[in-house]
Amino acid sequence: MLTSTKSRIAMIVAASLFSVAAAQATDITGAGSSFVYPVVTKWSAAYAAKTGNQVNYQSIGSGGGIAQIKAGTVDFGASDMPLDSATLAKFGLGQFPDVIGGIVPAFNVEGVAPGAMVLDGPTLADIYLGKITKWNDPALVKLNPGLKLPDLAITVVHRSDGSGTTFNFSDYLAKVSPEWKAKVGEGTAVQWPAGVGGKGNEGVSQYVRQIKGSIGYVEYAYALQNHIGYALMKNAAGKVVKPTIATFQAAADTADWKDAKDFNLVMTNAPGDTAWPITATSWVIMYKQPKDVAHSKVVFDFFKWSYEHGQEQARSLDYVPLPPSLVKQIEAYWASEYKM
Amino acid sequence: MSTQGIYLRRRIVNVTALLLGGCATVLGLLFLVWILWVTISNGIGALHLSLFTKITAYADEGGLSNAIVGSLIMDLMALLICAPIGVMAGTYLAEYGRNSKLGALIRFLNDILLSAPSIVMGLFVYVIIVLPISNMTHGHISFSGFAGSVALALIGLPVIVRTTDEMLQLVPGTLREAALSLGVPQWKLTVQVLVRAAASGIITGVLLALARLAGETAPLLFTAFGNNFMTVHPLDKMASLPVAIYQYTNDPSPALHSIAWAGALLITLFVLALSLLTRLLFSRKKVSYE
Amino acid sequence: MQTPPAEQTKARNVDERSVADARHDRFFHGVLKFSALLVLATLLGAALSTLWGGREVLFGQGLHFLTSNAWNPVEDDYGAVAPVFGTLVTSLIALVLAVPVSFGIALFITEIAPAWMRGPVSAAIELLAGIPSIIFGMWGLFVFVPFMSRIEPALSATLGKLPLVGKLFQGPPLGLGLLTAGIVLAVMILPFISSVMREVFQTVPTRLKESSYALGSSTWEVVWDIVLPYTRSAVIGGIFLGLGRALGETMAVTFVLGNSYNITSSLLMPGTSISSSIANEFNEAVGTHRSALIALGFVLFLVTFVVLLIARLMLRQLVKREGK
Repeated sequence: MLTSTKSRIAMIVAASLFSVAAAQATDITGAGSSFVYPVVTKWSAAYAAKTGNQVNYQSIGSGGGIAQIKAGTVDFGASDMPLDSATLAKFGLGQFPDVIGGIVPAFNVEGVAPGAMVLDGPTLADIYLGKITKWNDPALVKLNPGLKLPDLAITVVHRSDGSGTTFNFSDYLAKVSPEWKAKVGEGTAVQWPAGVGGKGNEGVSQYVRQIKGSIGYVEYAYALQNHIGYALMKNAAGKVVKPTIATFQAAADTADWKDAKDFNLVMTNAPGDTAWPITATSWVIMYKQPKDVAHSKVVFDFFKWSYEHGQEQARSLDYVPLPPSLVKQIEAYWASEYKM
Repeated sequence: MSTQGIYLRRRIVNVTALLLGGCATVLGLLFLVWILWVTISNGIGALHLSLFTKITAYADEGGLSNAIVGSLIMDLMALLICAPIGVMAGTYLAEYGRNSKLGALIRFLNDILLSAPSIVMGLFVYVIIVLPISNMTHGHISFSGFAGSVALALIGLPVIVRTTDEMLQLVPGTLREAALSLGVPQWKLTVQVLVRAAASGIITGVLLALARLAGETAPLLFTAFGNNFMTVHPLDKMASLPVAIYQYTNDPSPALHSIAWAGALLITLFVLALSLLTRLLFSRKKVSYE
Repeated sequence: MQTPPAEQTKARNVDERSVADARHDRFFHGVLKFSALLVLATLLGAALSTLWGGREVLFGQGLHFLTSNAWNPVEDDYGAVAPVFGTLVTSLIALVLAVPVSFGIALFITEIAPAWMRGPVSAAIELLAGIPSIIFGMWGLFVFVPFMSRIEPALSATLGKLPLVGKLFQGPPLGLGLLTAGIVLAVMILPFISSVMREVFQTVPTRLKESSYALGSSTWEVVWDIVLPYTRSAVIGGIFLGLGRALGETMAVTFVLGNSYNITSSLLMPGTSISSSIANEFNEAVGTHRSALIALGFVLFLVTFVVLLIARLMLRQLVKREGK
């Protein structure tokens, strides 16, 4: 064991000095969105077991995914913020959705169970603007007449990295709060008026778990798997909805992909009685003329596999599988846009 | 004030000061014990065989095998880079640059490099290695274990330079004079006599450097990146123990936390064992390496 | 008389050998010098590469970058004030806490502890310096942050009520923030400062101390009036060395600082630091954002360089006096 490790290491060192050949062609790297990290790691493990091709996915935030694919240091980037067609064209990139999911407000207030609190858009915006600072603020009490809310300071938790989750969240707040739109705006990273920054959906969940009286926003799977309290939301139709795969699906159904060039479509604040207001899509971004065709082929194969075989796993983590019509549209997009 | 009063006051001041000194020491030791205790008690429970057999990709039942292998490879490669250069540079300072202006300047700047922020070394390697290679190979090779090793080597280099320099200076001048009077050329004198005489000290320096760079995280973030799979290829993006710990710590999952603690325990044991070893190896001669 | 051929060859051999030796020596010298110059190149390279990488922001915006407290990726508007503020404040807290404690430890080891205790105690304190910073980060996040969130209400209730300094200790008990990061840094730099102090205290000539004892001084008076003045410059050097460490530390603070670009008057509130901003955002940053982060790296490098320069100069004064 020891000697084999030794000789292995010697080989490696020799290789590092003399070889310029890259790693095996079947190892591909993707990076970006932490929103999809739970499901992509599941896929990648199953896919590796099946095909032997390894998809190394690093959760560095959507901003990071966009940056790394532009720099060409990864084979694909993943982002929950779509790039507009002009940017895509400028860099020679193409993008397509891989999964749809929900973003939920997560909180840590003792005595309040997950799903017991109701929030609406303007109130959420005021909390993130630093205007509502106590859990027993009249606005919150009004939304939750039956709930005993403590006289506890609210600690806002936001993302410290560039994030598509932040993009969808701030996009939603900008749609429901003119003040948010004017003061903060939307983007993968914004200038936060208040709060603590956590790195990734992971970091935000971590801080919300740890800080009493905190509120954050995370992809639903993170709240669920880590037993963090999440809130119900009053949606665009004025109805209170619970985050479930059904309400995410309802929001996703309102999307009209047919007319969305490069799948550039944001579905926050979707209409409909049962639609979850902060439903988000995640996109895969790749070069249309890849520098490494073999790598890109594996990427396509991986996502094709995920559309066909990975949807059950996605559902088990409460992501919404892409509708078949959308998958067809994506495959047509691959055929027409990507040159290999 | 009476003499008695002054005497009493001086005594009180003295006793208080000495007591506070004792308290400060207890406080310092308390933090050491606290941190070690937390690391050991959390880490031991999580030390399973699966840590060494499973890779980090399987989020639920994850391991650290690829991170451990990645760290071993990068640490070793870093040593292979910085040990020869460091020993040669240290030898230059001790044998040629002892009284020269250049020697003094390099020695001085090396001491500064010793405490330079490691994250800046990561930025440096990113700018001079990762970016150019990525541009040259059209992104085929970008972040890599090799780049990570170079960043680590820059952390280890000044430690080796400093110890080599000091150890060679401890070798008595009579040894040099004796050899030179026999007509031995300078290079032979240095390699066969001086370096051999100071060998244990130089090895100590190399081990110290290893202890220092093995625990570094910041310079690896944007040089080696990370990898959820096992790779031994130095031009691949490579996982490492410190970065895996960093990622697992940032995650909300308690299962991953305990793996992070196990990794923390491994790395702490490794580093502390190294520093104890260097102490034993070199308890007689004294080197400060702050 | 003819020289025997054997000796002739020998003489020639010696000649050739010395020529060859001289050549080898030159080569050897060259290789060593080159290696030594690499050390110089590293330092210079680190400075130049960060200057180059941050040129867009440093030269394009210059003063605005250094004086603005905006950090707005939406508008691509960056200022260094918030991270620099956080770096300085946490390092300052660390110094305020670590210097007296380090002094106490050095005092204990050199003057108070019985001889058998000195070795083990100083070795133990130095072990603290060997613990990797990521471990400090984990301990900070999982153990020390909850601990701080328990004692912060008490801090707010007592220190927070004081005039003037009260503002520093008001706020919600998050556990994370500037104060927590400062304390973690203090623990990290403590062994560095105390080991310098201990070493320089030991260089004080025994006859000086004994003369003072002979005049009836107490231990404290000897330390305060003889040892400290004698070693003043080196002690300051040691403190600056610790400061240099604290300024550049990344992993230990990034978990406990809170990553917030808002500057507040309270030490209990979250902040950010240069190094944690870089660690958090570098991989995702493009264009101006990346340039701003590398520029921050340059600022950090410059500041630590100056601090460490002062440290080394101060430390050298004592060595000179010792006649080394």
